[in-house]
Amino acid sequence: MTDFGDSLQLAMGLILSGDESLWAIVFLSLKVSLTAVAIAGLIGMPFGAFLAVMRFPGRGALVVVVNALMGLPPVVVGLSVYLMLSASGPFGVLQLLYTPSAMIVAQVLLVLPIVAALSRQVVEELYGEYREQFLSLGVAGLRTIPTLLWEGRFGLMTALLAGVGRAIAEVGAVMIVGGNINHVTRVMTTTIALETSKGDLGMALALGVVLIVLAISINVAMSLAARSSARYAYA
Amino acid sequence: MRDIGHDFLAQSLGKVIPLRSSLPEMTLEGVQYRASNQVQIDIPSLSISGRGISVILGPNGAGKSLLIRLMHGLISPHAGQVTYEGLPVSGKGRARQAMVFQKPVLLRRPVAANLKFALKFGDTPKSQFDDRIGALLELSGLADKKNQAARSLSGGEEQCLALACALARSPKILFLDEPTSSLDPNATHRIEAILHHASVLGVRIVMVSHSMAQAERLADEVLFISGGKLRDRLKVKEFFNGPTSLEAHTFLSGRLVP
Repeated sequence: MTDFGDSLQLAMGLILSGDESLWAIVFLSLKVSLTAVAIAGLIGMPFGAFLAVMRFPGRGALVVVVNALMGLPPVVVGLSVYLMLSASGPFGVLQLLYTPSAMIVAQVLLVLPIVAALSRQVVEELYGEYREQFLSLGVAGLRTIPTLLWEGRFGLMTALLAGVGRAIAEVGAVMIVGGNINHVTRVMTTTIALETSKGDLGMALALGVVLIVLAISINVAMSLAARSSARYAYA
Repeated sequence: MRDIGHDFLAQSLGKVIPLRSSLPEMTLEGVQYRASNQVQIDIPSLSISGRGISVILGPNGAGKSLLIRLMHGLISPHAGQVTYEGLPVSGKGRARQAMVFQKPVLLRRPVAANLKFALKFGDTPKSQFDDRIGALLELSGLADKKNQAARSLSGGEEQCLALACALARSPKILFLDEPTSSLDPNATHRIEAILHHASVLGVRIVMVSHSMAQAERLADEVLFISGGKLRDRLKVKEFFNGPTSLEAHTFLSGRLVP
């Protein structure tokens, strides 16, 4: 049993020596999570804006559902995607199970409600400010959405950030649909879980450090960018 | 804000407001608007047409802002109808109208981009955008700030920009809801000068104001409302010399309006 100090030393060694397998895992994690957030953003931001702007029967209920889905348990999402993609499932023919694509699908489902719900909040607030002005210009309904999304660009960055945080840190969904296959679907969180149970605490801790540093620096970078450009535009 | 040359204003406005032979025609018939089970606006008949500046005066809560929103079609009456050139104002009727709000509503973009946005939803051909934007920048006195973030402008500059955005649509009728209520005399002067020249060029102006001095400076006629009802409609001189309704009389003498 190695103690924490030894593990940390080992971890730093792995990070600083540019261990190839470690960085491959880090890279795959980023690829999967950032792709998932990008896709979720492309769908979730317009959908959130749609919920903010349009009035239709059942809208209130839909908003509540989307808000509630923010707390979806990753393992359940993983299980559902697994059932869909497994050989006997409806999308089995695509043969996506145990590929990074399957992991992206699962993370999109996890992140989508977060991006949609937060976008709705951001856009609804803006819509309150601009509604009469838009109406006066003869712009209403769906046609206001592109403008509102652009006006809310700084607030929407925060929605995406929340999505990145969720995606990069979750383990349940990617473990189930990815299968944690070495060199194929092994990402930071699944490796940490595996190496810890194997007792290889050095690798686990090294990845833990990288994960934390990445999560924090992505957040810091994006919020700095959002804040300085928001100041520039006096948003 | 620099001192404004009136010839200069008229010249830049001329590039934005086309010469028109037809004048706007707006009618309200049996218009009622209710909120929380109370009748807030009750106007049996009112027509706004031809040239000039109408200032709507009245105490707080009289329904001035509601009335102007009904006219512009931002809210729909519970009874009666508002028509503009024969069309219901809520739909296509709102084309060729514009409105300036009490608190300027500007996009989180540079000054020129705000003007471009207003033009985009009008019927100005794209090829004329640059000329229009140039003229509107001169008009609002913001030519040297065209790349500045609109929301970093001063209150007076913001309202001048909002007015320029409204004029960008070359409206036949322009509504304003207390546009100068939080502006200093300089900015107020510029707004009033622009409104005056726009009116000379044939833009019908309907403005809510709480300033009697402003009404005296600017108005051709005064519409006095209280309790949601039109109490007086008089030429500006007649109104200030002696309004016919008791409510307006009380208002002018500085007492509480019943």
